[in-house]
Amino acid sequence: MAHDIEIIEKTPAEYSYKKRRSDRLMRSQLMMFALMIFMTLISFAAVQAGFSAYFVVPVVLLLAAVQVGLQLYYFMHMSEKGHGLVAFFMYGGMLIAFLTVLAFVTIIWW
Amino acid sequence: MTTVANSVGQKKGFGATLWDWLTTVDHKKIGILYLIGGGFFFVLGGIEAMLIRLQLLIPNNDFVSAGFFNELITMHGTTMIFLAAMPLLFGFMNAIVPLQIGARDVAFPFINSLGFWMFFFGGLFLNLSWFLDAAPDAGWTSYASLSIASTGHGIDFYAIGLQIAGAGTLMAGINFLVTIINMRAPGMTYMRMPLFTWTTFVASALILFAFPPLTIGIFFLTFDRMFGGNFFDHTAGGNTIIWEHIFWIFGHPEVYILILPAFGIFSEIFSVFARKRLFGYSAMVFATVLIGFLGFMVWAHHMFTVGLGPTANAIFAVATMAIAVPTGVKIFNWLLTIWGGSIKITTPMLYALGFIPSFVMGGVTGVQQGAAPLDYQLHDSYFIVAHFHYVIVGGVVLAILAATHYWWPKMFGTMLSEKLGKITFWFFFIGFHMTFFLQHFLGLMGMPRRVWTYMDGQGWNLFNMISTIGAILMAIGVIVLIINIIMTTAKNVRVGNDPWEDGRTLEWAIPSPPPFYNFAQTPLVRGLDTYWIEKQEGHNGYTAAEPVTDIHMPNGSIIPFFMTLGLFIAGFGAMYRVDHSWGLAVLIFGLAFTFLMMALRSIKDDLGYYVTKDQIRRTERGRD
Ligand code: HEM
Ligand SMILES: [Cu+2]
Repeated sequence: MAHDIEIIEKTPAEYSYKKRRSDRLMRSQLMMFALMIFMTLISFAAVQAGFSAYFVVPVVLLLAAVQVGLQLYYFMHMSEKGHGLVAFFMYGGMLIAFLTVLAFVTIIWW
Repeated sequence: MTTVANSVGQKKGFGATLWDWLTTVDHKKIGILYLIGGGFFFVLGGIEAMLIRLQLLIPNNDFVSAGFFNELITMHGTTMIFLAAMPLLFGFMNAIVPLQIGARDVAFPFINSLGFWMFFFGGLFLNLSWFLDAAPDAGWTSYASLSIASTGHGIDFYAIGLQIAGAGTLMAGINFLVTIINMRAPGMTYMRMPLFTWTTFVASALILFAFPPLTIGIFFLTFDRMFGGNFFDHTAGGNTIIWEHIFWIFGHPEVYILILPAFGIFSEIFSVFARKRLFGYSAMVFATVLIGFLGFMVWAHHMFTVGLGPTANAIFAVATMAIAVPTGVKIFNWLLTIWGGSIKITTPMLYALGFIPSFVMGGVTGVQQGAAPLDYQLHDSYFIVAHFHYVIVGGVVLAILAATHYWWPKMFGTMLSEKLGKITFWFFFIGFHMTFFLQHFLGLMGMPRRVWTYMDGQGWNLFNMISTIGAILMAIGVIVLIINIIMTTAKNVRVGNDPWEDGRTLEWAIPSPPPFYNFAQTPLVRGLDTYWIEKQEGHNGYTAAEPVTDIHMPNGSIIPFFMTLGLFIAGFGAMYRVDHSWGLAVLIFGLAFTFLMMALRSIKDDLGYYVTKDQIRRTERGRD
């Protein structure tokens, strides 16, 4: 069946712009990938090296948080346009969860 | 391929009609299914309420036994909140929100149908407890020590039934979120969305964040009761208070999931029948979002008497009272919307006018209970019963009744009788205040909540009797409504696009009921109160944003029904596994069946079908 679905052809300029853009994205993704592997290595090394747990645990948690951020922004495209609401929901949810946990560990249990 | 056969209104046999409803993914039909399902459970919960009130009519009554009374109050509360109020609101959300934003359906029609069937089968599961074993009897809050000690399978029915129904609710919430974010017509910016759409949006966000805690709490409960867990058993290292926290972290947002859509319904009705733009639209939106946020930060006001200590109580008391501020903003905005309007007292407007004083009373008692020291006096007394019925019946149920009258013509193409509607209103409204007003004083006089009976000579007799008579008046009101619905359907007098004549939002720009594709052309939205703007400019209908083109529509599917059936069967397996060896096999079979259905859905491509231009033109011409 033929339906009138519009097919939009790209102009050459558009095409080369898109290409350059995706090249750039690809490069940054590869870099971030390397960085994340590196951070994972640091975490493992920190545990292996036998530093005090008071040092290792916060460091590993911090690196984990950074990796979540990188994941969201570089691989899940949260920095791109049209993701404002997604970001709002995620940060809103985190804020609520944080306040809930904070209430437990400050005023409810201790 | 199943194509457009279902588009043309042919007469169909019973089997075909049934198949059509079991497989439908049309948001309007799912809306109607929600109304039927929710309406059924509303009547069921109402009957339970009448039995409770008859038992409390006179002192030392033994109309029902004490154990049965506990089952009645538990099932009444659970049914009314999860199976009546929420699904009825979902019915209107489904039927109306896509129309208000100019969409042809929700974002995920398949999941929409799945959500409905999960709600329905979950509710069915819960209520089968009446026949198969004992009904749950630990209150709708099902506090852990009590619910774990409860013998028989009652609480198991509660845990599994709510788990299934709750998953359906979560799906419905996510679906509405995605729909409202992605499916708005061109020009429908966030700040042009009608208030009902806005409140649906915020309520869905609350569902997204509040239902997972409930899921987890119920999982713990399920494991404690059926799989040897010890989450809440303090003798085995668990903690019984944790259930209360988890339950209320869900529970307080839940009450806002109920009331926010009700606020939305009344916002629409006020501005339509005062024939004025809603006063303070942006303040209304802001207040809705703020209530949504604050709703998560007050759960411990249900636990003041647990002994969290003065710091926690003080902070939660202040947070609780803060919610009264955005709520007050809304009340004043409604008053200022009516102020100076050219008011038409229709049935929906009557409900809206009755709502304001009723809900304000519930809000005021809420703030009183929010004062922790005072709550030590009020907690677990009839004062609490009065409070939450003032907000839930005086707010949510009045909104559902108002919406029934207001949107009935849009959903069914006929107009409910205004005369009978007003009779229903007066019976219900007077009955409601008679039932619950005096309960404040019963509470202050010391009558505890959830008691099977009470002794003579404490001065409680008269108020309890008046309360029961009020409940009978409410029941009469509901019966008149049912008669109204039957008569209206039998008479079948069809109405046009905008039967109230003052419709402001997009749903009134299209036929009642709308064709299955809703909008022949996607509308162009040029401001808040889209349809009102068009009417001001002398247009009849809406401005289109596109030429007539073929419309892509989803196919119906029976898979959601079967997926849910699998879970329903698995539920019985999980429960009877404890005392029969075949239980485990049933559990595995049910889950496997569900997974098989999920696999079928993933493997089989279903690309939907197209309604061609010609068919649309023919349908549209056939209408005028
Ligand atoms: C101004 C807003 C409100 C305030 C300050 C408020 C405050 C409270 C407080 C402090 C309690 C606990 C009382 C106790 O058990 O000792 C309570 C109970 C309750 N409230 Fe509200 N409330 C408000 C609005 C609402 C709304 C809008 C609803 C529902 C639509 C609602 C439904 C309930 C229910 C169902 C309970 C009883 C729960 C139970 O123990 O079974 N409230 N409220
Ligand atoms: Cu609350």
